[in-house]
Amino acid sequence: MGYVMIDTDRLDTTFAALADPTRRAILARLASGEASVNELAEPFAMSQPAISKHLKVLERAGLISRGRDAQRRPCRIEAQPLAEANAWLERYRQIWEGNFQRLDALLDELKTQEKKHGRRKQ
Amino acid sequence: MTSTGNLQVTTPSDREIAMTRVFDAPRHLVFDALTTPELLQRWLLGPPGWSMPVCEVDLKVGGAYRYVWRSDDGGREFGSHGVFREIVPAERFVATEKMDGFEGESLVTNSLAEQGGRTTLTLTMRFDSKEARDGALNSGMEKGVAISYDRLDEVLASMPAQEVRQ
Repeated sequence: MGYVMIDTDRLDTTFAALADPTRRAILARLASGEASVNELAEPFAMSQPAISKHLKVLERAGLISRGRDAQRRPCRIEAQPLAEANAWLERYRQIWEGNFQRLDALLDELKTQEKKHGRRKQ
Repeated sequence: MTSTGNLQVTTPSDREIAMTRVFDAPRHLVFDALTTPELLQRWLLGPPGWSMPVCEVDLKVGGAYRYVWRSDDGGREFGSHGVFREIVPAERFVATEKMDGFEGESLVTNSLAEQGGRTTLTLTMRFDSKEARDGALNSGMEKGVAISYDRLDEVLASMPAQEVRQ
């Protein structure tokens, strides 16, 4: 539920970029500091062009930026889109928690009714 | 206040998303609240400012259900529908779910486990194919996004707190 209840458009690219395990690992690595493409390629047993492809997706999603240094072009993580995605996630959890809190109240009512009138037939 | 709450969202597999929540009530009451139209209309409402004017449930295997939500200003409306595949009263039910305007269908399993008068609800949504899931993901549909929750959590957990809060 709630599919059109929240504006998700701007988050599409963020979540699509996060759908891949290599890209998540890259972001996790960049969370501890900037790194060059070579440094990023090392732990993944992947070619540099393959890593570059992932970096392009991350860059398009605004999740990373690349330095100007023509040789190294270090990658760094950009916090804003993740912060927005996190806020959205919180919003989703709040909606379901809102549903379930209403359900808590309803169940209290049903329990009271049952005590008074006995269990109704299934 | 009871010590219920703590909604948990997880992704048990590539095609699934699961939610777990504990309720301070026996499971037959939770089952009723999940399957009876006039009860569903009192809690399955989404964010403030929405109501559920249509809620039809034919609770039998092969029976259909249909939900429609509407914003209080009347400007927005959407719905979902599906068919019950399996029903074990007070214990579990399985139904298909199709959201209006979105590709793909999911299979939703609601399981209820009671212990000491409290009930744990586990709600699992399983997409019928990887393509359907990916399609949902690419369309930005909430459920597709939901599948990324844990992945997002993974990344957020590895980041210094101040970066995420900025």
